[in-house]
Amino acid sequence: MTMLKEGRPTAPEPVKEAHMAPATATGNRALMLEEALIFEIGSVDTTGVDFPDAPKVESRLGGLARTDAIGLPGLSEQETVRHYTRLSRQNYAIDLGLFPLGSCTMKHNPRLNEKVARMPGFADIHPLQPQSTVQGALGVINELAFWLIDLTGMHGVAMTPKAGAHGELCGLLCIRAALEARGDARQVVLVPESAHGTNPATAAFCGYQVENIPATPEGRVDLAALEARLGPDVAAVMITNPNTCGLFERDMKKIADAVHAAGAFVYCDGANFNAIVGRVRPGDLGVDAMHINLHKTFSTPHGGGGPGSGPVVLSEALSPFGPLPYTARMADGTIHLIEEENVGEEMPQSFGRMSAFHGQMGMFTRALTYILSHGADGLRQVAEDAVLNANYVLRSLEDVLDAPFGASGPCMHEALFSDKGLAEGFTTLDIAKGLIDEGFHPMTMYFPLVVHGAMLVEPTETESKAALDQFILALRSLAERARAGDEALKGAPYHAPRRRLDETLAARKPVLTWSEPELAQAAE
Amino acid sequence: MRYLPLTDGDRQEMLSVIGASSIDDLFVDVPTEARLADKIAGLPDHASELSVERHMAALARKNLSAGEAPFFLGAGAYKHHVPASVDHLIQRGEFLTAYTPYQPEIAQGTLQVLFEFQTQVARLLGCDVANASMYDGSTACWEAIGMARRVTKRAKALLSSGLHPHYVSVARTMAKFTGDALVYETPKLEAATDIDALIAAIDKDTSCVVVQYPDILGRIADLTPLADAAHEAGALLVAVVTEPVALGAIQAPGHMGADIVVGEGQSIGVGLQFGGPYLGLFACKQKYVRQMPGRLCGETFDAAGKRGFVLTLSTREQHIRREKATSNICTNSGLCALAFSIHMTLLGEKGLRELAGLNHAMAVETADRLVQVPGVKLLNDSFFNEFTLILPKDAREVVRRLADRGVLGGVSLGRLFPDAPEIGKGLVVAVTETVTPEDVEAFAKALEEELA
Repeated sequence: MTMLKEGRPTAPEPVKEAHMAPATATGNRALMLEEALIFEIGSVDTTGVDFPDAPKVESRLGGLARTDAIGLPGLSEQETVRHYTRLSRQNYAIDLGLFPLGSCTMKHNPRLNEKVARMPGFADIHPLQPQSTVQGALGVINELAFWLIDLTGMHGVAMTPKAGAHGELCGLLCIRAALEARGDARQVVLVPESAHGTNPATAAFCGYQVENIPATPEGRVDLAALEARLGPDVAAVMITNPNTCGLFERDMKKIADAVHAAGAFVYCDGANFNAIVGRVRPGDLGVDAMHINLHKTFSTPHGGGGPGSGPVVLSEALSPFGPLPYTARMADGTIHLIEEENVGEEMPQSFGRMSAFHGQMGMFTRALTYILSHGADGLRQVAEDAVLNANYVLRSLEDVLDAPFGASGPCMHEALFSDKGLAEGFTTLDIAKGLIDEGFHPMTMYFPLVVHGAMLVEPTETESKAALDQFILALRSLAERARAGDEALKGAPYHAPRRRLDETLAARKPVLTWSEPELAQAAE
Repeated sequence: MRYLPLTDGDRQEMLSVIGASSIDDLFVDVPTEARLADKIAGLPDHASELSVERHMAALARKNLSAGEAPFFLGAGAYKHHVPASVDHLIQRGEFLTAYTPYQPEIAQGTLQVLFEFQTQVARLLGCDVANASMYDGSTACWEAIGMARRVTKRAKALLSSGLHPHYVSVARTMAKFTGDALVYETPKLEAATDIDALIAAIDKDTSCVVVQYPDILGRIADLTPLADAAHEAGALLVAVVTEPVALGAIQAPGHMGADIVVGEGQSIGVGLQFGGPYLGLFACKQKYVRQMPGRLCGETFDAAGKRGFVLTLSTREQHIRREKATSNICTNSGLCALAFSIHMTLLGEKGLRELAGLNHAMAVETADRLVQVPGVKLLNDSFFNEFTLILPKDAREVVRRLADRGVLGGVSLGRLFPDAPEIGKGLVVAVTETVTPEDVEAFAKALEEELA
């Protein structure tokens, strides 16, 4: 053994397997630190914020002063920073590596977007300020609106929906309002089997009966079956294009023509617009309404599950029915806001308000920043690289993973595999959990429902070839292990902050808030 | 293009692995007539970080930000000081650039935050359970009405005249399509709320009574009699809180009998942001948890016996239930919930009570100063940090003229209730810890000159 003269070893002894990972007294593992709940480490008498003394006044709280113990623990600033920094390190994120969640479009979130959104002129303005004091903010909304209209070839855009599913609601409410305006009470919305769950949920919420349209063996909408079902009771068809199998709906225009001929409308789920932006305009394909997830195509951060933002582009037939508030550019260049005050003269058929204020302004500034950074040429390149990356993954792995639609041609922005060919008892879940140990976030699993044990891989355009090659290496290794029946895979993940978690227990006896241990025991 | 890592060499190599000769081969499924041969005309090309920043900064400068002027706007969105560490922490890439925690083994950070958030919200609102957040207060309010319909199997909701009119608008939009009957009148300029009228209007068809606390005019009323009357008739009480800082000073609606308490959490940690993204709070009694909309995080254990957290009760949600889901919602307001939770952790109960006390005291002093302006009257007997002034003339024009003088002097009732000219002289004024004595003086002087 090599030693310094004071006796400290300077080179490690070879590790014996049995000594790999002894338990630690704290439960910590070097940089991986266990962190208790704020309720276990904080105190109601601690605070990390200093305030000046309040002026002495006679309270006017109507005799309703709060006297109970609220039970909100505080931490000093240092403890707060440490608590959340430690927790953050238990998360996977795009900033750490490839995040191939199909249909979710986890692309790089540029930091200029964050800087711009925090400029006081955007971050520190109130939604009800007089219009003369927020012309720049209204300008952002309008400039983004123009881009979205131009990129999609549509007529108008409703900016207020707060997320994709809220956008779907907006689109269907426009359709329903347009039908009612012509005295047409249609009852049915058709949705392909492969649709996102939000589509049927939204249609049902709007009071429609939902009927499924079957898929062809090639994973696309069955045009003949759709045409056969169209009739005077059908209000709309909701189609995702590119669809959730990662395929372009070749018959989109024919579908739209048939739907329009039957007096119905075409709603397009635009979750996958990132695959075609700058190369295809949905307006050219006969779409009447489509939401755009700014957090997917236009790179606003997902933030651990939101906030999203889901503006909806509308055809000429649907635009008059869009929600308030609405912005318009006037002849003198000022931006004008249409609200309840002036809706009567300017947009009498609007179906009303969907949320309290102007939508996700913080996401608009980020999305516009991203769009201006890429420009018309860059956005086209975005779609091309997204599709190229997905096809590269598809063709690099189809010899070890079943690609149910691989033979029918290229995919768009995501590659779909199934669990066919894995050894008896091995599932998509095992491969997903194995990916965690390999240092990747798993792909979308068990969706779309039309493919058994689906694995939907969306690399996005912001991955380098080197990153893709490492991911392919990992997935290939896992596919081979699952085909060979490597039992160790069923225990994965081994190296994550937690092993597989018991979701059944969580649902059977839901513990949704923390209680003091003695209270928790007393309740049992 | 700085966000795109592939080189032309990479692209060629990858195309050859794929077996395609050009990128167009990969778009072969797009019908030729729908394929754009070139980039879309009339739009600018890519731009440097410097030039984009310049363009956006120029737009930002066209706005008068709240920090640049004496600022008194509220009515559903409040300016509070957000400690620097909040924004620093939410920009950690592991929070900012993570997805919904569908793979809990590598999302314990987000999940533990949500569990802590749910507990904080439930305690603040005085309820048993809270969800992982919704889009904003207005959509949370609508979801509560829908939930009351599912629980009671009735479809008539009584909306208090003190409910934020935009929340009423959202509910009306949705009710058009779900068939709920909504009973609502615009508020009167009186010191008393409409609680007695609501109690009188409850009947056997009522699914819920929706009441804002403090209400749109800043008034505070005991909700207990309303809760009792609702329960006697088999209806639910839904309380709406648009200023959660208030609950550091006044009783929680859940403790006054509210069955569902929803709110706008923007006040704590999130910032003004011109109206979004905001943070919908949603809490209720334990017995209704399976009728709740939105995501829920729950405690469980891993295969090695360690405590951990997962998203749970997802059988209520659209990705499992599709057309039978309790809601079509597929996101929460995750990053805003994180900001709320960090700010609340920094405050703790001690800090929250101090903050609330400071807000109330400054609002009392400001109200006392403003009623010295000739012709100005105070509507409220009770208020927290927001009150309504009655001016001698229509407040809409006064607000615009104050803005021209560089004073952001509240929200006029004419802006909020354009169809109710009879209350047009009302001005809703919010006062938080960010207001200085100089701001109050500047506001009072400007108001005096405008009204002279």
